[in-house]
Amino acid sequence: MEVRVKLYATLVRYVEGIRAGQPISLNLPEGSTIRDVLTVLKIPEEEVKVAFVAGRACPWDTVLKDGDEVGIFSPIGGGKS
Amino acid sequence: MWIVRINMTDRSVKFEDVPEKYKYLAGRGLTSHIIYDEVPPLAHPLGPSNKLVFATGIVTGTSAPTSARVSAGGKSPLTGGIKESNAGSPWAHDLAVMRIKALILEGLPEDKKTFWGIHLSWDADAGKPRVEFFDATEYTGKDLYEVSPKLFERFGDRISFAGCGVSGEYGYGNAGIVYNDLAKRPSRYSGRGGLGSVMGSKRVKFIVIDAKGAPGVEIVDKALFDEGRKKMIDAIRSHDITKPKGGLNSFGTAVLINILNEAGGLPTRNFSSGRFEGAAKIAGEALFETNKQRLGKELYNHACSPGCIIQCSNTLYDENGKEITSCVEYESDWALGANCGIDDLDAIGEMVQLCNAYGLDTIETGCTIAVAMEAGVIPFGDAKGAIQLIHEMGKGTHMGRILGAGTETAGKVLGVTRVPTVKGQSMPAYEPRAVKGIGVTYATTTMGADHTAGYTIAPEILSVGGKADPLSNEGKAALSRAFQATTAFIDSSGHCLFIAFPILDIASGYQGMIDECNGVLGTKWTADDVLRIGGEILKVERAFNEAAGFTKAHDRVPEFMKREPLPPHNQVFDIPDEVLDAVYAEL
Ligand code: SF4
Repeated sequence: MEVRVKLYATLVRYVEGIRAGQPISLNLPEGSTIRDVLTVLKIPEEEVKVAFVAGRACPWDTVLKDGDEVGIFSPIGGGKS
Repeated sequence: MWIVRINMTDRSVKFEDVPEKYKYLAGRGLTSHIIYDEVPPLAHPLGPSNKLVFATGIVTGTSAPTSARVSAGGKSPLTGGIKESNAGSPWAHDLAVMRIKALILEGLPEDKKTFWGIHLSWDADAGKPRVEFFDATEYTGKDLYEVSPKLFERFGDRISFAGCGVSGEYGYGNAGIVYNDLAKRPSRYSGRGGLGSVMGSKRVKFIVIDAKGAPGVEIVDKALFDEGRKKMIDAIRSHDITKPKGGLNSFGTAVLINILNEAGGLPTRNFSSGRFEGAAKIAGEALFETNKQRLGKELYNHACSPGCIIQCSNTLYDENGKEITSCVEYESDWALGANCGIDDLDAIGEMVQLCNAYGLDTIETGCTIAVAMEAGVIPFGDAKGAIQLIHEMGKGTHMGRILGAGTETAGKVLGVTRVPTVKGQSMPAYEPRAVKGIGVTYATTTMGADHTAGYTIAPEILSVGGKADPLSNEGKAALSRAFQATTAFIDSSGHCLFIAFPILDIASGYQGMIDECNGVLGTKWTADDVLRIGGEILKVERAFNEAAGFTKAHDRVPEFMKREPLPPHNQVFDIPDEVLDAVYAEL
């Protein structure tokens, strides 16, 4: 199956030449999870804070399905003007 | 320490000893108590009975990290309720080291044509601050970037200032109080709620401080203070969000654009969607990359005020390496970007610069322009048109004055029904239909729609300080209440609210904040006292608002949010009214 992965904040450095939010297509075996995505992209779990699938924050063992979009973030904060 | 009262009716100055009941109050706690005690709740915000109060926090002016913060308070011309608006600036540090616990501007002069400057310096012979007035009329009607350098020329490089822009001179509901940053830019703001107009109504243009020779802040228990300070520094330096080259220092607050967009909670085109297709182009990461490309090197962010070790303030450079503006905060980026359908970072930077030049709050400005876009004044996405509208606000044209009155008034004048305000103040950059807890804060805080008042985004979106499902209604009254009370304390401590990220996750950092405060004041507060003291501040603010005419009906989000499902989650704001009422009923 194919999933689209978007990396944000400090995680962009794990894929050469991508920009934050630029989708990367990955072909993964059926039953793959968010954790498998991290393994394929060689992103250490400790560096990841939140992963979104379809706008919902999901645990690392969430099973993905064909066509899913996954957004992955390192720890970030903000929120003052 | 003194309470310094400046009456602008006759330009008289009084130094008062700090009364016992204010002894342990500072920052927001003090401004809100003074407003409650002294301003008639039905006073016109721009009339002679309203007061503008400045108070620095408990640890401001000390060596506590990230603590050069000041609260400005008054009755808000925008909401008609109590207002506290917090900012970081060298001015906060300078006010604190002069041992001025609160600076109160009251009355207003009969002569409306003359604007005054107030100059504060340390009188070593008298052993107290000296207050002098100067005619500041020559600085009115102008861009703040043009006039603020003149203050440094006239009074010396070491000064700091607070002031208002033309927006405050006009009396707009959208007028902030401006302060200088460390690079002398007029770019730090007590932005929300129109307090710049309260200053302008009193015909005060600038308050300049030269703190040379000032004695600094008294610390009762230095050893305890130092212990607390060390814990706080360790927490800030070790947390991923606040550490050097961490999230805030690298990408600034605008790093939130992408995550709110992923979560479907980035209000887009006047709160009609929770996703913006241009989000990645305007986000903090894009800003970092843009600067890197244009400057040929990585640029990390700087401190807005002395002693900040988080250093979250960014600068945007143009293609020739010239500064467009500093800084593009998340809220500004969103308000003038996604919320207006604009995905051009340079245009957003230009608009931020214009808001700073005219003294406008970026959130209120962006929300008002989006409402004007909804009304068809200009189309969504029209950056040139939006820039033009900000100029109209700055020039005081008829359209500019309508927009300058704020989002709610502009919505009424323009016949728009989708007007995202609570208590007359426009909503910041988080959609209540996609992040329910923040909707509870917007609805119930004493401030009008304000994210900083109870930042449930931390657990709901950022997984900081626990985890909460943003789309669930479960437990959101309690969550918002706890955040509102803690925030009221942090806003009084003198620390920037961003210390909340490390101290929510690192218990010793939280204790550090308490130790620092106990060290300065000689108190014996515990973690329970933080919530108690915060809660008492909220109660006083609430009592003022009730006396000013606010009821439960004002603790609600606008109707359209209960009726129109918001893509992509297609949810409405469905927190029951009883739950909203429980936030303060159970305080
Ligand atoms: S964290 Fe940012 S906003 Fe807060 S004091 Fe430091 S630079 Fe200013």
